[in-house]
Amino acid sequence: MTTPLLSLQGLTKAYPGVVANDTVSFDIGQGEVHALLGENGAGKSTLVKMIYGLVKPDSGKMVLNGQAFAPTEPRAARADGIAMVFQHFSLFDALNVAENIALGMENPPKMGDLAARIREVSETYGLPLDPFRTVGDLSAGERQRVEIIRCLLQDPKLLIMDEPTSVLTPQEVDILFETLQKLRSEGTSILYISHKLEEIRTLCDHATILRLGKNVGECTPAETSARDMAEMMVGTTLQTPERSGRDFGEVSLDISGLSVPSPSEFGTALRNLHLTVRRGEVLGVGGVAGNGQDELLGVLSGEITTAPDAVKMKGQPIGKLGPTARRKLGLLSAPEERLGHAAAPDMSLTENALLTGSVREGLESNGFLKWGETQSFAERIIKEFDVRTPGPDNAARSLSGGNLQKFVIGREVLQNPDVLVVNQPTWGVDAAAAASIRQAILDLAAKGTAVVCISQDLDELMEISDSFAALNEGRLSAPRETTGLTVDEIGLMMGGAHGMEVAHV
Amino acid sequence: MIVLEKRPQPSQTWSMATPVVAVLATMFFGGVLFAALGKNPIEAIMTIFWEPLFGEFSFYYRPQLLIKGAPLVLIAIGLSLGFRAGIWNIGAEGQYIMGAIVGAGVGLAFYPLEAWYIFPLMVIGGAFGGWIWAMIPAILKVRFGTNEILVSLMLVYVAEQMLASVSLGLLKNPEGYGFPGSRNLQSWDSAHNAELFAGSGMHWGVVTALIAVIFAYVLLNRHMLGFHIRLTGEAPRAAKFAGVNPARLILFCLGAAGVLAGLAGLFEVAGPAGQITIDFNVGYGFTAIIVAFLGRLHPVGIVLAGGVMALTYIGGDIAQSNLGLPSAAIQVFQGMLLFFLLALDLLTNYRIRLASKEVA
Repeated sequence: MTTPLLSLQGLTKAYPGVVANDTVSFDIGQGEVHALLGENGAGKSTLVKMIYGLVKPDSGKMVLNGQAFAPTEPRAARADGIAMVFQHFSLFDALNVAENIALGMENPPKMGDLAARIREVSETYGLPLDPFRTVGDLSAGERQRVEIIRCLLQDPKLLIMDEPTSVLTPQEVDILFETLQKLRSEGTSILYISHKLEEIRTLCDHATILRLGKNVGECTPAETSARDMAEMMVGTTLQTPERSGRDFGEVSLDISGLSVPSPSEFGTALRNLHLTVRRGEVLGVGGVAGNGQDELLGVLSGEITTAPDAVKMKGQPIGKLGPTARRKLGLLSAPEERLGHAAAPDMSLTENALLTGSVREGLESNGFLKWGETQSFAERIIKEFDVRTPGPDNAARSLSGGNLQKFVIGREVLQNPDVLVVNQPTWGVDAAAAASIRQAILDLAAKGTAVVCISQDLDELMEISDSFAALNEGRLSAPRETTGLTVDEIGLMMGGAHGMEVAHV
Repeated sequence: MIVLEKRPQPSQTWSMATPVVAVLATMFFGGVLFAALGKNPIEAIMTIFWEPLFGEFSFYYRPQLLIKGAPLVLIAIGLSLGFRAGIWNIGAEGQYIMGAIVGAGVGLAFYPLEAWYIFPLMVIGGAFGGWIWAMIPAILKVRFGTNEILVSLMLVYVAEQMLASVSLGLLKNPEGYGFPGSRNLQSWDSAHNAELFAGSGMHWGVVTALIAVIFAYVLLNRHMLGFHIRLTGEAPRAAKFAGVNPARLILFCLGAAGVLAGLAGLFEVAGPAGQITIDFNVGYGFTAIIVAFLGRLHPVGIVLAGGVMALTYIGGDIAQSNLGLPSAAIQVFQGMLLFFLLALDLLTNYRIRLASKEVA
């Protein structure tokens, strides 16, 4: 066997109260696409941060090309040929592509030379990109190209990609994979972080699975079933949410001809939306992030008001009503951004229970608050949704992302809504908790609630929704029944490749 | 190397302890400052903090504490509501002046009638004057999105000009031998905000301040409006999601601050000051900002902070006359208090760790 490119030997990193990585060892071969699999909180991010020099291991060592490798900062890691594409882009909307790339360089060349280099690299790898376009106008897939090209300009030996497909349509994913295949054929190794098992099976040569900070197994993805990998990740057998055959009742939520201007400069305007959701029906709304999801939630929650007739609930026009009045009518919602939108970070869970629960749970009388009852409501959410926290007096920000998500969803579900709107209900939640959240949504629908589930996780939408529509640049495709939909059809509803050219390599 | 580490949640202990530590640090560094000026630091600090409370002439100074403390607390309570919600009214000085002008004007309109209803009418007038002055930045903010910090501050200077104008014109005492300033309300029973118990310093302003404290406490801890105020300050987007109407909140917070500052002005002009004069305002409206923060924007904390601040005023005066400390040194001393408080505030949300220097 040839020398591996990078060998991790017994890496350990502990934070107060949690061991993020516990003696993790594995090798990444030359020209190998290596998958790093694991649930949220399994320690993937910490591990990658150690390789990229953002975090220093407590013990253990790394060997790069036969030499000891201990980067003290990302600059050192980059100098040694490690590049990373983060899940969240660090780009300035108001600057153009070349300016953004120059900002991340130690000694940026002249703008003209840089633009030429960007063109050259982007064409070589089948990632066409105009260096002078403003980043604010690019689609998520194109923004990711900017980040990838930024990395490729350094000529890396190892490219780390953190959940790269979470913002892409299926067609865009195909384009990305071709680029990655080309990089591999040139001898670049790729460390690919994801929890989407099917893509790992198509793309990766080898996979390492982390659970609770430990390396719990390795496999060759092409020869292992997705279910087996998932069970290695979770450590138990997985429960698939059950959906019983449901009869839909009368229309609960009716949006017709809804258009809303963009609330901010780089937001998305909603254009002529139509949709209906019946009692007991789950409507899945897919689409790449930034195509109007936040705005759609705002329009339904009442944060953005519209013409009265554009949004109707059980025939009653509610477009002009604010969030409190809509809650009174039984329309509840859970936004995507947990800290700062769905919950106030520095307030206790009890106070956060009051945030949306005051009307329907009767937690106030004549404006005066009933703290005792609010606390029992918070305790009920914590208990029924298995929120891991010492108690309702803890601040929302002290909870892990997944636990806070369970709290936020639980808070709305327990109020027995007639219509529930959720945006990214299981984002950043571990597989077991995600399954229980989905089950809770399905149970609610079985009791007759109309559910609108906005999500970027297509597997999730296929699993729980009865009909499917996609948001693309503020337009909603006509909803279709989920059964029988193919991935290609879904991709086209999501806008295909968003006008991105396919790689010709 | 010193590392700041964010706490998972704000430390209750430090939140309570920082004001105390800030006062102690101010005493220490203030002492250093006084020593550098060639004064005995121990004596100077004793003069400021001990003399007014337990010194030879404390029978005179103790009532002064209430007289200076009441307007500070009254104004600071109003300001704290807005500050909690991220609404920065720094024009309380102007609202204080307008309360005094309108309140005194209402009273003087009845002169020389003696009737029980004059003082209550003046109180209403004072509240109205402060309220209307605060409504200017509030309505401009709601309608046109102007910055309330700038507008409210600018209106202080407008109010000062109005004060000069009425002292010389509209409210000028016709029997005042041409001196600028209104009639003295202290010598007119129906309008005098007299001490409720002679020699105690306790006047209606002190009573109102205590009522305001209780009112604010109940509002913030037991009422939906108070919850919405806190929510807006901590997470504006979450507040919108919860259904808070930002315009209503702005009108309420600025309005409440205006009413309380106006009342403080009225009680001052009808009591300790006695008359409208060109230099009627002495900066209570600005000092109240320090009091509000020193008191952690918490009603009970504000009472304590108002006491400490009043103490430094009175003690500072004594130190000036007895020890010959320059008044600027006293102001630096008061400024230090806010400085240390804000600096130490960091410890509520962060803990300091001494990390061993990493080997590269």
